[in-house]
Amino acid sequence: MSQPLPSSAAPVVSLRDVHKSFGSLKVLDGVSFEVPRGEVMAIIGRSGSGKSTALRCIDRLETIESGEIIVCGHRVSDPKLPLRALRLDVGIVFQSYNLFPHLTIEENICLAPVTVKGKRRAEARETARRVLGQVGLGDKLDSYPEQLSGGQQQRAAIARSLAMEPQVMLFDEVTSALDPELTGEVLRVIEQLAAGGMTMVMVTHEMGFARRVADRIVFMHQGKVWETGPAGILDAPETAELRQFVGSGL
Amino acid sequence: MNLRLDFGVVLERWPLFLDGAWMTLQLAVLATLFGFALGALCAVGRRSGPPWLAKLCGGYVEAIRNTPLLVQIFLVYFGLASLGFSLSAFTVAALALTINVGAYTTEIMRAGFDSIPRGQLEAGECLGLSQRQVYWHVLLLPAMERVYPALTSQFVLLMLASSVTSQISAEELTAVANYIQSDTYRAFESYITVALFYLALSFVMRLGFWGLGLVLFPRRRRLGTPL
Repeated sequence: MSQPLPSSAAPVVSLRDVHKSFGSLKVLDGVSFEVPRGEVMAIIGRSGSGKSTALRCIDRLETIESGEIIVCGHRVSDPKLPLRALRLDVGIVFQSYNLFPHLTIEENICLAPVTVKGKRRAEARETARRVLGQVGLGDKLDSYPEQLSGGQQQRAAIARSLAMEPQVMLFDEVTSALDPELTGEVLRVIEQLAAGGMTMVMVTHEMGFARRVADRIVFMHQGKVWETGPAGILDAPETAELRQFVGSGL
Repeated sequence: MNLRLDFGVVLERWPLFLDGAWMTLQLAVLATLFGFALGALCAVGRRSGPPWLAKLCGGYVEAIRNTPLLVQIFLVYFGLASLGFSLSAFTVAALALTINVGAYTTEIMRAGFDSIPRGQLEAGECLGLSQRQVYWHVLLLPAMERVYPALTSQFVLLMLASSVTSQISAEELTAVANYIQSDTYRAFESYITVALFYLALSFVMRLGFWGLGLVLFPRRRRLGTPL
């Protein structure tokens, strides 16, 4: 069942009635949503509402107890799924960047194309140059992560994911560790990706950004998809919880 | 107190000391190389292997760290002999020292691997790297860099501890000193000389590890900051 499904109309990411607990704590309580190709989905909600866990389940960083997750035709909920195939199609960017500190930015970016995809080094370098240019870091090839600002590190991390040419990109609170100015430079990069037609799922606290870039908003509360719809729901929430969440967030 | 030192008869046997120092250095280098490989593999086995392998590696570490080196050397020496293997004293010494330092290296490398944040591992996995590739490309060098001082101390310690292999008549430095003092009746002078040789060897090893560090950790060489 792990063969990619042939249909091109199928959503890139699909969660159906997903349940997950950490011990006695129910984190995902019947979560369902779909992300069609080329769409940007923003998952919002309070800390502890399960939004990061939902995102991590998409890339099988967490396993689920029941329900079904299909990503780019891979049945992620199948315990026997070969992970490499899934991860070739999915790129993920983390809050803490997770660049490899002992490698230069170029080496960080070339590592997976060379070791996983078997690209030649020269070709991988070319890719590195291109994706770094895309995120505005063309001059940082030889720098080490610690020499970059937080915003630059996060953009380098995005470039590292892009170099693998994923079908879908996941962003897990990627600006939460950054000040407003650095947040801006990272969001601009993500916005460009969205404009380029990349399918994306992002967990974010940046309401203004979500409103501007996301095609669809998923508001999570107590492990459930509490409210979902186009970005307009942020201006006219139906549920009291979303109204309160949006109101407190300003 | 009437101390008279006479190094003449000791020092005129200098070629013996050089031979002994050479053998000590060979033992140290071999046991360091193979011990490191063994220890790094056992650390991986203990962290990520199936339960039986993790237990096996754990048992090995505890057995070695809680018994004396000299007893381990005798066990390898007489054990192999009674199994019908006749190996030279040098081979047995190198083997025993490797097994010994491998156990300590396991624990040091385990601490190194454990010090790497989980996010690093996840980032590697999410880029499609296999577990083996994550260990090799993402974890190994940063882990080594963090525990490098502890590792190199252990290997210098190992070189010094190799003096114990004189007990199975491996002809390393201490065995040479034993022989010369019985030959010349100049015990104090013999052991002073051999102590100076050990000092010099330690210095050479530390220098070597310093240079190796520059090669292994280019980031540290360029930026000069700890990881």
